[in-house]
Amino acid sequence: MSSTSRPAPPESVLDVLEIEQRYRRRAGALGARRARRPGRRLPAWVRRPDLLLAVAVVALVLAWALVPSVFTGQSPIDGVPADRLQGPSAAHPFGTDHLGRDLFARVVHGSRLTLQATVLAVLIGLVAGSAIGLVAGFVRGVVDDVAMRVVDVLLSIPALLLSMALITALGFGTVKVAIAVGIGTVANFARVMRSEVLKVGAAVYVEAARASGVRTSAVLLRHVLPNAAGPVLALSALEFGIAVLAVSALSFLGFGAPPPAPEWGSLVSGGRDYLATAWWLTTLPGLVVAAVVLSANRIARALERRTAA
Amino acid sequence: MSSALAGYLARRVGQAVLVLWAAFTVTFAILYLLPSDPVAVMLGGGQGEQVDVDPAQLAALRAEHGLDDPLPVQYAAALWRTLHLDLGTSISNGAPVTRLIADALPQTALLAAAAFALALVLGVATALASTWARWGWVRSLLLALPPLGVSLPTFWVGLLLIQLLSFRVPVFPALGNEGAASLVLPAVTLAVPVSASIAQVLARGLRTALAEPYVETARAKGASRARVHLRHALRNATIPALTIAGVIVGNLLAGAVVVETVFSRVGIGRLTVSAVNGQDIPLVQGLVLLAAAVFVATNLVVDLLYPVVDPRIRLLGGARASARRTARATARPVVGSTS
Repeated sequence: MSSTSRPAPPESVLDVLEIEQRYRRRAGALGARRARRPGRRLPAWVRRPDLLLAVAVVALVLAWALVPSVFTGQSPIDGVPADRLQGPSAAHPFGTDHLGRDLFARVVHGSRLTLQATVLAVLIGLVAGSAIGLVAGFVRGVVDDVAMRVVDVLLSIPALLLSMALITALGFGTVKVAIAVGIGTVANFARVMRSEVLKVGAAVYVEAARASGVRTSAVLLRHVLPNAAGPVLALSALEFGIAVLAVSALSFLGFGAPPPAPEWGSLVSGGRDYLATAWWLTTLPGLVVAAVVLSANRIARALERRTAA
Repeated sequence: MSSALAGYLARRVGQAVLVLWAAFTVTFAILYLLPSDPVAVMLGGGQGEQVDVDPAQLAALRAEHGLDDPLPVQYAAALWRTLHLDLGTSISNGAPVTRLIADALPQTALLAAAAFALALVLGVATALASTWARWGWVRSLLLALPPLGVSLPTFWVGLLLIQLLSFRVPVFPALGNEGAASLVLPAVTLAVPVSASIAQVLARGLRTALAEPYVETARAKGASRARVHLRHALRNATIPALTIAGVIVGNLLAGAVVVETVFSRVGIGRLTVSAVNGQDIPLVQGLVLLAAAVFVATNLVVDLLYPVVDPRIRLLGGARASARRTARATARPVVGSTS
């Protein structure tokens, strides 16, 4: 965009919000023009059925986590020994394990622990990472340099190994796994938030707000943060998928909740002893993990495209 | 070697050493500052339980690992030892950490090399085919593969392969380190997410490159599709793809943790799992430092390789550095799925 197409500088201090709105309107108009191309008038869910499916998968597992008893009447902990190691059937859609427990019930109830850990991990990364990125990108100077060097160092250690080091120090359990995975994602959030803040911070409306004497904290919270949030939220969806993978991998390795509490990762590792005879014990819980991660990635790509448009 | 090149080398090596020092400091902070009492953690043997231990035994262990000194002294001592490549001794079996790592490293290096070779072939082939294909549906099918590859849990892929190719149709052994056949399934498992990352970045680079004016020029001059793809586009698409080399090596190491556990292979990954299980702080620190060192070394090598791949980048000061920054900026972060 050439500088001539920019709106004129604010004439009065009251113009600040007005200019910001004009920017937003204009961005909206651009998006609308793109959307009005012929052949694109179908509703979004017809045009992109895979996106609809992805949203449905994530909504379903979230519902599993919130109200598991709606989806299964069977106990995830108590089994019927006579029914042990049965394949998938109408009574047991995912089959039963070596203690006769219904695997579907264990996956549904397991989504609570696994998704709790995932959401907590993403929240930790989102809040801490965004705060670091916001301050670093806005204050610049030494603060920025130090924060970004720390981010570089965190990125130089593979996320899984960083989480494992944190678990060594914190101990085992679902919440500790969540904290360990969350700290591993801080660096990514900080980096994306910083680059967005640098972009937004150069906008005329931020300059105008500053020049008209708005307090720094108000500039940050009312002007910079809302306009920088889009890509960061798209990243949250992406990190949700990565966190599901990391949480279930760490649970698979045995660092999550102790048995008999079900977690997606520990369910898969629990089926390892029956690989030759009971394929469903590892295959079906793993399939659920894969479906959720794939869906989260699909949603993240849609969000990314929207914020990029 | 010109003096400019020597200066550049010295600067880059200096930066790499700084990152390593910072990584050492971060792991020291996590492992020795975060727990209220590292010695109690080490004696807890996992699970984070409080175990009743003889106070004299605690004090002895503390003294042995220098944990009764003030923190700055501990830090300085640990840093000094690490600088001399002495990573301390394992809590669980008393062996030097460096020896444990050296014993396990060859197996993991072999696995990582095999997986990387496979991933490179698969990734490059997928990326090239997805831009080469003329039919829309083939193109979208190929473009859907990388997001799928990074979404599949590595442990699940490994177990599926064992089920199919060790039990259902016994072709490959399910576990162990014996012979080349035992390497096939672990290498394939580890290659899945890595090849997906490579394909993602390379396909994006290829699409960008194929839209450039020089491709138009080449076509106008009558260059064949193959020539345009392989000589013009691929070479330019390699530059952003090179920037993720460090991430890929990190993914290989982290992926080895899961893969070696699934296939019961001896190596760095299994060593890491057992170190965390035993809350063996010195061993965990050594292993994390090793990962950081490998990452830093890879990036250093890649930085030195840029001018070979891209003659526009000269090893001279600002021009070069800014070219590298642009390359990094265009290579978007890859979904690092190693889990």
